[in-house]
Amino acid sequence: MRVTPELRPSSASFLREQRSVIPLPGKTIAEKIFSAHSGTDAHAGDIVVADVDFVMGQDGTSPLAIRALERMGVEKVFDPAKVALVMDHSSPSPIEGVSALHTIMREFGKKTGAKIYDVGCGVCHQLIPEAGHVVPGDLMVGCDSHTCTYGAVNVFSTGVGSTDGAAAMASGKLWFKVPDSMKVTYEGALQPGVFSKDLILYLAGQIGADGATYEAIEFHGAVIDELSVDARMTISNMAIEVGAKAGLMKADAKTLAWYAGRGERVPAPVDPDADAVYAKSLTFDATAIGPQIAKPHAVDNVSPIEEVVGTPIAQGYLGTCTNGRLEDLKIAADILRGKKVHADVRFIVAAASKQIFLDAMEAGYIRDLVEAGAIIVTPGCGPCVGTHNGVPSDGENVISTANRNFKGRMGNSNAFVYLGSPATVAASVIEGKITDPRKYFG
Amino acid sequence: MEITAKAFKYGDDINTDYIISGKYKFKSTDMEAMAVHAMEELDPEYFNKVKPNGGFLVAGTNFGMGSSREQAPLVLIHSNTKAVLAMTFARIFYRNAINTGLPVVECDTDLIGDGDELVLDLTGGVLRNVTQGIDIAIKPLPPVMAQLLADGGLVEHFKKHGGFAL
Repeated sequence: MRVTPELRPSSASFLREQRSVIPLPGKTIAEKIFSAHSGTDAHAGDIVVADVDFVMGQDGTSPLAIRALERMGVEKVFDPAKVALVMDHSSPSPIEGVSALHTIMREFGKKTGAKIYDVGCGVCHQLIPEAGHVVPGDLMVGCDSHTCTYGAVNVFSTGVGSTDGAAAMASGKLWFKVPDSMKVTYEGALQPGVFSKDLILYLAGQIGADGATYEAIEFHGAVIDELSVDARMTISNMAIEVGAKAGLMKADAKTLAWYAGRGERVPAPVDPDADAVYAKSLTFDATAIGPQIAKPHAVDNVSPIEEVVGTPIAQGYLGTCTNGRLEDLKIAADILRGKKVHADVRFIVAAASKQIFLDAMEAGYIRDLVEAGAIIVTPGCGPCVGTHNGVPSDGENVISTANRNFKGRMGNSNAFVYLGSPATVAASVIEGKITDPRKYFG
Repeated sequence: MEITAKAFKYGDDINTDYIISGKYKFKSTDMEAMAVHAMEELDPEYFNKVKPNGGFLVAGTNFGMGSSREQAPLVLIHSNTKAVLAMTFARIFYRNAINTGLPVVECDTDLIGDGDELVLDLTGGVLRNVTQGIDIAIKPLPPVMAQLLADGGLVEHFKKHGGFAL
């Protein structure tokens, strides 16, 4: 890892002092998007009130946002075409309390015209970009911390709480501190059996759970350029796990091709200036990175897979907003095709959306997985957040493609969650223990 | 306004799953009922300790990391937590706390021991550790947040101004 020392003191005040003296440096992606959405010449450290292009909430957060709107005395949303509520975290409802929350959301949709994604549609962070609700150059907020996922398609997207979400739903605006940016560059090339999940877990291990707090990360380098949009989303999705406000990437030909047929909004890609100023720059050689595992009970408790190979597992989980996309299901199906899940292992699979579920059926991946012994559950978040569909037992180890492994995360404080790539999970459920997937990649 | 209460001290990187587990947060919007589970993963007795006389939740760095759940500051409020004092806070939790009316204070929490008697004067910007007989400097709120708090939180700010007036 090479670290470039911090180039400037506190950016905004420093720049204000210098404005009359020296020409201003260029802007990061974050500074450009905030400038365009606030009508100001925004630089890191500035406080701006900005227009948001979209606002999202899920079933754990929307009911509180709806209550906040009621307390504000607001009856409408600023633009029903720019607000969506998704039932994904506990869906279909496992208990009457959740059913009541879902009813609150449906009634809000009827009253305001906001788009409702009901049970079975999938995970919010797949649905919002998949439907073309956000396009490159946008600014959006969601009442879910993994809203940073759409940074992979050049959207400044960030997680907020329910009250901030309500303010944005009411007014189409929110206040922001324009973040400093950290530039993370992956040079070299991914080795066979190593995936984008390993890159972001590696970063978490290097900089820790608060390594990028209050900052936007910009991901660059030949390795990012080579990744599919699916694989890029895995990286941006986990930017929050190092405290970042966003995990941004440039929009390239792949991004624009991915948007073909996804709605009518026109992408307006935003590149950073060549002389943009970063609070910090990190460069990694991806060629030297192997499969990574985040061990219980912290996402930054990362080690190379060699250190945990052989750890027995009772459950595997493939899915979530991190790794429930078509490419992820394909990677697992390719490994499991013609093989069997170990007799002592439950292997739970959830596609990130109904569309991915259909595409995976069409491609035969679902058949491959089910024949190998996988249990397919409704597209959604359930097992990852411990609401239903696969709560582990006391003392059990789980290998999961999710983004968090905090104690109790999957619904049992006495279970142990290990995080890895879809390939690592697929290889591990065959052997009933954590297994290096590179054996399946020549 | 001065708040006097005991310190209940925990460590670094306390995430919102520990403040209120996902298995509870999705069940209802009744924060009183949910509050009995506050901090349960770290200290199953937290609610019983803090509820009767109130308390300050004292932590190290990166308090409130993880999810955006606003239930986290809300269950702390309903468990009678008077304020959270930490070295640093995670971004979303910090905003949520201000928006919901839970005071959050950045200060050197190495100067506070578990069980210490503290007096917090938010308007005066002073934290006194009575047990150890020292005053602890507290970092002022960013002006935009101080303005939101002065209006009584984001909901009240919206009611008063009909939108953002920052």
